[in-house]
Amino acid sequence: MSAGFYVIAILIVGSAVAAMSLRNLVHCALSLAVTFAGLALAYLQLQAQFVGFAQVLVYVGAVAILIVFAILLTRGGDSEKEAILSPGWVWGLGIAALVFVVAGGAVVSSKLLPTVQRATPAATVKQIGDQLMTQYILPLEVIGLLLTAALIGAVIIAMRETEGGQ
Amino acid sequence: MTPLAGYLLLSALLFAIGLGGALARRNAIIVLIGIELMLNAANLNFIAFWRYGPNPEALTGILFVLFSIGIAAAEAAVGLAIIIAVYRHYRTTNLDRITSLKG
Repeated sequence: MSAGFYVIAILIVGSAVAAMSLRNLVHCALSLAVTFAGLALAYLQLQAQFVGFAQVLVYVGAVAILIVFAILLTRGGDSEKEAILSPGWVWGLGIAALVFVVAGGAVVSSKLLPTVQRATPAATVKQIGDQLMTQYILPLEVIGLLLTAALIGAVIIAMRETEGGQ
Repeated sequence: MTPLAGYLLLSALLFAIGLGGALARRNAIIVLIGIELMLNAANLNFIAFWRYGPNPEALTGILFVLFSIGIAAAEAAVGLAIIIAVYRHYRTTNLDRITSLKG
């Protein structure tokens, strides 16, 4: 394991814990942006440059901003002194810890993981584009349709209802 | 510990953090953030298996992650729109106070 991996892992885990545990929602959103940036670094470390930059564009650029907008639009109504955890939070955290123990135990004890070190694979943008336009053309079109439908649906759901119907 | 096992453990930890937040917090937006963290943990798994797996020239992991990022973006947009619509009705994003479907 390289030192870079540990730095990235600490960054990701620390900011993810902060995003889940801070009281101020805007701080949560900013910690989430740091988590997404850390994941982009991990993708770059894993030689997946295109995915890393897509992560920066989509998550750090779009999703984090969207969440900040949603937080600012839904302010007020909740008092500051209210508890941030739901009544059954012990169960929630217990289930999460159990999931981590099971998944981590499976990874550590697994004998199926490849141990042979391979040469660094190359994934150029040209190769990815070739694949997207030939073998994966149908999923690409379906994703395009799904995104269009989702964006139109999001606008209609969030549209302000007027008096007497929509 | 091999690099692949390290990335898989990091991904499992990220998934558990997201799941814990989604189950334990009261605010609907934080729950959505937890779901985003879980989706990102799955993406990290795909990339780690692509990088250290037996057949990296197939690019399957990378393309799966690209599609997954697209679907996660759609999910975030629709989820936040639903939260805004619910807030307009109930004046709160506290999930414990949103108790009826046909308010």
